[in-house]
Amino acid sequence: MTAHQTISPAPVTAAEKLTGAEIVVRALVDQGVDTLFGYPGGAVLPIYDALFHEPRLKHVLVRHEQGAGHAAEGYARSTGRPGVVLVTSGPGATNAVTPIVDALMDSIPLVVITGQVPTHLIGSDAFQECDTVGITRSATKHNVLVKDVRDLARAIHEAFHIATSGRPGPVLIDIPKDVQFASCPYTPPGEVRFAHAYAPRRLGDPARVREAVELIASARRPILYVGGGVINAGPTASEALRAFAGATGAPVTATLMGLGAYPASGPQWLGMLGMHGAYEANHAMHDCDVMVCVGARFDDRVTGKLDAFSPGSKKIHIDIDPSSIGKIVHCDVAIVGDAGEVLAQMLDAWAGRQPADLSPWWAQIDGWRARNGFAYAPSDTVIKPQYAVERLYALTRGAEAGGREVYISTEVGQHQMWAAQFFHFHQPNRWMTSGGLGTMGYGLPAAVGIQVAHPDALVIDIAGEASVQMTMQEISTAVQYELPIKVFILNNEWMGMVRQWQQLLHGERYSHSYASALPDFVKLAEAYGAVGLRAETPAELDAKIMQMIDTPRPVIFDCRVAKDENCLPMIPSGKAHNDMILADMAAELGSLIEDDGKRLV
Amino acid sequence: MTDTLPADPAGSAYFLDFETGEERRATFAVIVDNEPGVLHRVVGLFSARGYNIESLTVAETDHAVHTSRITIVTRGREGVLAQIKAQLGKIVQVRQVFEVGGDPRWVERELALVKVRGTGEHRVEALRIAEIFRARVIDTGTDSFVFELTGAPDKINKFETLMRPLGLVEVSRTGVLSIARGAERV
Ligand SMILES: Cc1ncc(C[n+]2csc(CCOP(=O)(O)OP(=O)(O)O)c2C)c(N)n1
Ligand SMILES: [Mg+2]
Repeated sequence: MTAHQTISPAPVTAAEKLTGAEIVVRALVDQGVDTLFGYPGGAVLPIYDALFHEPRLKHVLVRHEQGAGHAAEGYARSTGRPGVVLVTSGPGATNAVTPIVDALMDSIPLVVITGQVPTHLIGSDAFQECDTVGITRSATKHNVLVKDVRDLARAIHEAFHIATSGRPGPVLIDIPKDVQFASCPYTPPGEVRFAHAYAPRRLGDPARVREAVELIASARRPILYVGGGVINAGPTASEALRAFAGATGAPVTATLMGLGAYPASGPQWLGMLGMHGAYEANHAMHDCDVMVCVGARFDDRVTGKLDAFSPGSKKIHIDIDPSSIGKIVHCDVAIVGDAGEVLAQMLDAWAGRQPADLSPWWAQIDGWRARNGFAYAPSDTVIKPQYAVERLYALTRGAEAGGREVYISTEVGQHQMWAAQFFHFHQPNRWMTSGGLGTMGYGLPAAVGIQVAHPDALVIDIAGEASVQMTMQEISTAVQYELPIKVFILNNEWMGMVRQWQQLLHGERYSHSYASALPDFVKLAEAYGAVGLRAETPAELDAKIMQMIDTPRPVIFDCRVAKDENCLPMIPSGKAHNDMILADMAAELGSLIEDDGKRLV
Repeated sequence: MTDTLPADPAGSAYFLDFETGEERRATFAVIVDNEPGVLHRVVGLFSARGYNIESLTVAETDHAVHTSRITIVTRGREGVLAQIKAQLGKIVQVRQVFEVGGDPRWVERELALVKVRGTGEHRVEALRIAEIFRARVIDTGTDSFVFELTGAPDKINKFETLMRPLGLVEVSRTGVLSIARGAERV
């Protein structure tokens, strides 16, 4: 490859020159950014200096760069706007890698700006130098090292375009310190000529859309299987989904990332599907005759055993990313396009048709529903984690009814699945969780980002005591910015999900999944200047939850739950959708998983 | 990828894991924006997703519009090859991806330098075969030749096979280049 080429920006009329650092700030403002999450260091000090003079940009100082990334993800996913991260070179950049990959896996638009050592030092193992673009190449949708200040404005504007269009994702811009000091005229967004011919397709092929509609019209057992792509496509996509579901009468299920696209209170809602999904959703997936997958990607947590996945169905796959189509499962009708646009096209093509008579299908679904797959054994003495989430949901309805929006983030583990099962979402962008990467430590900083974007909302991180310790220090950020987030810890003293797998798959050998030293979370909250609460019995739970909701400050809630509860129902690894284990079969659990399944993740 | 075959791949769904099709060789011509890191992204894609690269050539081909052409020879089943094409297409700097191998509208060529050591009968035979293959002698000693040879990869493989018993020492190949026949540009 030849040396870096320079594409000169279009000439600007005013020959006003800005430094690279000023260009960064100006470009962010011009892109409509109001908040960035960051942490300073030597290689970004010029940008921090420029920020000092820019009142239109709010900078949230985190406690660890991973926190900045997850906070930006929470901000992005709850608003639909890109999240912006600013960190220094070397360790600042490497600390940000986890949330960058997290955003890549879950298609979250992020623009990450990293400082770099001056260009003449690049390659010399200079202090706090690392090959940031090399390290993050497979972690980003796109990244670029800007070596010439004349490329900077274009690179930033293009980064926003790439991060937010097509399948959204993280874009990183690495800016050496000398480029931040150098100056040149600034090019505003409207005048910039992008360096790449990147132009993702939004509208679906009309012929394929008609084909899909015919297939759906002919179905007797249809199902809509929707994913995070519908959320990413914006609120109008969720509206189009609701309208299309209403027109066809088809049942709707969603992936972990798709919760809220269709309201949990909607008549056609089956619940989440997949490994810990609803019994009726998984059975309906297995037995359907036409499956319409919108913005989902047949993840292994969703499909279960592949060669037994929905064996009798024709499959329609709508996705903005052509590489998602046919990657895991063959589909009969492939439509590349934006979920919202294609759903609107399908609705048009459906025109005045009446929904087919699906009553036998619904009768079958009601049979599965009656099996009550989320049932658990209640207790008067210990707080069951499922019960805690049920109460949390019930008691936040008041806030919701009073016009206070409720946003939920989670960490990763059993509590995440219980949150998905027992907290119900009626709107998109209200549920933030790390789906693809499964990053413990996501939820608390994500809550920080959500609360920054929605200052009056009730923002709750449903957490596990292990996960939350990975990014606990961000409670300090919440205290500093008076962000009244609620960290609701389902404290079972175990890495519960690990313990569950060890019980089921590794002969009850609980190797290193118990933390025999846990902090006193109430005192920890107080040490940080937040409020600590604890509930130990079901009897006191409601009052404590209400106290949490009514506290206008950050709260850490230590909810002591049953230690050995398993997360069910469950499709064991290597099993099919119609092979779910339910809570009342739990006694035979170990024997239900075969050796083949144990080798899978 | 597992090797197990399904008992009954029912319905319309077939799965890449259990895809029964034969592996085949495929050549992709990839037109990319010529900027730092593009090659890393392309090669990284192959290693991250477990695709193999049999050969890879890359050079700037259109200076005026800053494009380079990467030609990659790989091997896989249909589903994998479709994924490779789609995944390449996703890279922001990739402008176009063509699958060219096996398509009669495209030609493929490769250049090889082949060193053969031998005396007497073997030496004469090597020279005779080289003539048949229109290979040029670009270096010669009393007991060795270096041949320069161009052609489709199969022809070069054949040449190598024939030279092996005659004292083949070393081979250096450029990897495959390709271009569409006819007057149009891609
Ligand atoms: C960063 C990271 N490390 C390890 C894991 C593997 N892992 C998944 S769940 C889990 C245990 C989580 O424990 P806790 O937060 O207490 O949640 P619980 O399952 O008990 O509800 C672990 C270790 C992970 N997902 N992320
Ligand atoms: Mg736990």
